[in-house]
Amino acid sequence: MSTVKKMMYINRKAPYGTIYAWESLEVVLIGAAFEQDVSLAFMDDGVYQLTKGQDTSGIGMKNFSPTYSALGDYEVNKIYVDKESLEERGLTLDDLQHLVWEDEDEDWAEKDSIHLVSRAELSDVLADQDVLFNF
Amino acid sequence: MKLTIQVNEGPYQHEAADTAYHFAKAALDKGHEIFRIFFYHDGVNNGTRLTTPPQDDRNIVNRWSELAQEHNLDMVLCVAAAQRRGIVDDGEAERNGKDATNIAPGFRISGLGQLIEGGIESDHVVVFGD
Repeated sequence: MSTVKKMMYINRKAPYGTIYAWESLEVVLIGAAFEQDVSLAFMDDGVYQLTKGQDTSGIGMKNFSPTYSALGDYEVNKIYVDKESLEERGLTLDDLQHLVWEDEDEDWAEKDSIHLVSRAELSDVLADQDVLFNF
Repeated sequence: MKLTIQVNEGPYQHEAADTAYHFAKAALDKGHEIFRIFFYHDGVNNGTRLTTPPQDDRNIVNRWSELAQEHNLDMVLCVAAAQRRGIVDDGEAERNGKDATNIAPGFRISGLGQLIEGGIESDHVVVFGD
């Protein structure tokens, strides 16, 4: 398939409590094989998906948060986090995992995957997409 | 216009399954093409033929099956989501050693790539669910 579309996965739900977050990540990982222009957005309770130090031992659920750090290897390196959603929850960028990718064109320089954006900026990014998958 | 429809919620629990059906029907009536309907998350429960709603209620599963037959629709249940929730066709029963099947007519089980392909091949992906 030669068509390349801008595809964005929007993540709006807490990582546990419902399965949306985990099954969204599964789509992202499968979708990476299709060589599309992929980006992810995290907003509302979805910002909790990226928090570091998650410990699910008390609830008997699989902790899938380490998987996010593999996204760079799948060439998924445009991750937009809604600044207001973080602030509303008393979180800062420091509470999130440090997600990076290696830029092949710059001698594999390590670069940040996460872009902290305002809600207004995020809406511009959304408007620029061809396909939105909403989870 | 060519559409892919994604249904993320189970029947009866959530009106998204109804709204998606009405949207699909209206789109077809208006002459639009539906490339695929992809059922994900609890949405895969739209595809079990063992559903038995009260007689005075709508039969959501049969309604999908009839729509698929009438318009030759491609209705896909995500395999990973279906395995988790016990939606089984002949192939899955054999692969996973299950003693029964429950997939409804007009549905097939396949991978998440079918959703991505829908996004690539369609003009719009319309998602129903929370």
